[in-house]
Amino acid sequence: MKKLIAWFDERIPLTKTWNIHLAQYPAPKNFNFWYIFGVLATLVLVNQIVTGIWLTMNYVPTAEGAFASVEYIMRDIDGGWILRYMHSTGASAFFVVVYLHMFRGMMYGSYQKPRELLWTFGMLIFLVLMAEAFMGYLLPWGQMSYWGAQVIISLFGAIPYIGDDLTLWIRGDYVISGATLNRFFALHVIALPLVLVILVFLHIIALHEVGSNNPEGISIKKPKGSVPDSEKPKFEFHERFTKKYDIVDAIPFYPYYIVKDLVGIGIFLAFFCYVLFFAPAMGGFFLEPPNFEAANPLKTPAHIAPVWYFTPFYAILRAVPDKLMGVILMFAAIVFLFLLPWLDRCKVRSIRYRSNIHKINLAVFTVSFVVLGYLGVKPATEVYTFFARVFTFLYFAFFILLWFYSKHEKTKPVPERITK
Amino acid sequence: MSNAPVDQGRRRFLTAATTVVGAAGAAAVAVPFITSWNPSEKAKNAGAPVEVNIGKAEPGQLVRVEWRGQPVWVVRRTPEMLKSLEGLADKLRDPNSDEPQQPEYAKNIYRSRKEEFFVAVGICTHLGCSPQFLDKTFGEYVEGAETGFFCPCHGSTFDIAGRVFQGVPAPYNLVVPPHYFINDNVILIGEDGEQA
Repeated sequence: MKKLIAWFDERIPLTKTWNIHLAQYPAPKNFNFWYIFGVLATLVLVNQIVTGIWLTMNYVPTAEGAFASVEYIMRDIDGGWILRYMHSTGASAFFVVVYLHMFRGMMYGSYQKPRELLWTFGMLIFLVLMAEAFMGYLLPWGQMSYWGAQVIISLFGAIPYIGDDLTLWIRGDYVISGATLNRFFALHVIALPLVLVILVFLHIIALHEVGSNNPEGISIKKPKGSVPDSEKPKFEFHERFTKKYDIVDAIPFYPYYIVKDLVGIGIFLAFFCYVLFFAPAMGGFFLEPPNFEAANPLKTPAHIAPVWYFTPFYAILRAVPDKLMGVILMFAAIVFLFLLPWLDRCKVRSIRYRSNIHKINLAVFTVSFVVLGYLGVKPATEVYTFFARVFTFLYFAFFILLWFYSKHEKTKPVPERITK
Repeated sequence: MSNAPVDQGRRRFLTAATTVVGAAGAAAVAVPFITSWNPSEKAKNAGAPVEVNIGKAEPGQLVRVEWRGQPVWVVRRTPEMLKSLEGLADKLRDPNSDEPQQPEYAKNIYRSRKEEFFVAVGICTHLGCSPQFLDKTFGEYVEGAETGFFCPCHGSTFDIAGRVFQGVPAPYNLVVPPHYFINDNVILIGEDGEQA
């Protein structure tokens, strides 16, 4: 065995990679439960890829065959139903863990310098994930697939001058048709997953270059030679990390966090399996009832709502009475998230040491996001529209206020070390 | 191998020229990838005009046909419906149909060639849902109007000439497609005809 590894090590950096990224990678020792969601997102990504590949083995990407082939998978393929539900539940689970992962980053200031690029890669992942989910939702060719896609593609029609030609080009037909389905299938099963995997790779490389943040929001890298040996961790870290800095309050990712994450994965899988076996449609939130009916271009369902993970942005779109402005504001809601590292000018990262005004601001933002998500599944009545406007305002107010108060924020004193 | 001194200017020029040619080649290669997303000849053919026979339509009835995969409505409007169009102007976003949502010959208060027959694409101008034809209960959504179209997606309302009301998300009136009367009983949807 040793000989075999040595044989490989002479040819590719096998042991070296293992050490740098796992066995000798210093992770802050104070990770709490919020730090499980990155691992869970990776797990769900693997689930989506594997179940996705298996689904393509029986799925028929044509307007005539798509709906029936999904029924066929559900009813006639041995184990087909579980593969399909793993994939559809996985899609929603992906957004659950990604939203929590993003919230963790916002709470502990993980987007701040020097992790701006790490955050940007993360946001790109989020964007591609939304495109991936949207295109995947068209594939079963149900009523909500069809009309949801109709609504989203029309968004591009709001762009002045080129809008109509652009929507025609995206659809490849005067309406959503088999042509649209085929290209969405191609993008969903190969183009976007490829981009997604590359982005995840870059996200992790960027993370391992700057190192993980932690709930205290303070660095575990100290100037070289400033820490006496007695205070250094007893572990051996790769010289790539210790060459320039003294590392404190850290443990190697493997085996410590791997084992800890396994517990988290176990708990996650328990929830996942509950949904998978007892509530795969999740009361209409993961799979919407109209989607159990085949797409019919001549009949719009009484109430079109996107799947739950898009609803906060959808509510923002609907809150604006002007079509173009609504589209602009909806995209702005995501653009502002991208800009977070530069909007937050505070030097203190963690919410633990930030001002009350920031705590309240983040709380209001979180509530706004959740309420917008709720409003997005509701019909656009006058009362709901009013609330959607209020919470859209609060959503954006978070970023604007942050930019103003963060420059001279009254923060609490930040400790030197995570623990002594 | 020549031992002549390196001509930096010539080397730069060649590098730049190669880069430009390479970039032009890459751009040219992108063309089929982009154009392949346009509607195919088959899709364009499927967009051909359709005939609707309206001889049997009752007054107040809506006939639905498919044109380019979209629902097209032909409503045979009653005199009461036509009369109701007159008092709505101040509640509408575009009462005079100034936006180019209809052919020139339908730019009138009835938005039609013949008053009686209203032809429109049954797709909401907001985000492409298909509104419902409410021939009696429309008053629940708009005061002072008996009939109209209501979009269940985001609550947009249109009068019986497809004109959008104020304060709803839809920005424009419903689209009136090109159409003409082949004879008293048949409308051809998709072409302006010679009468235009």
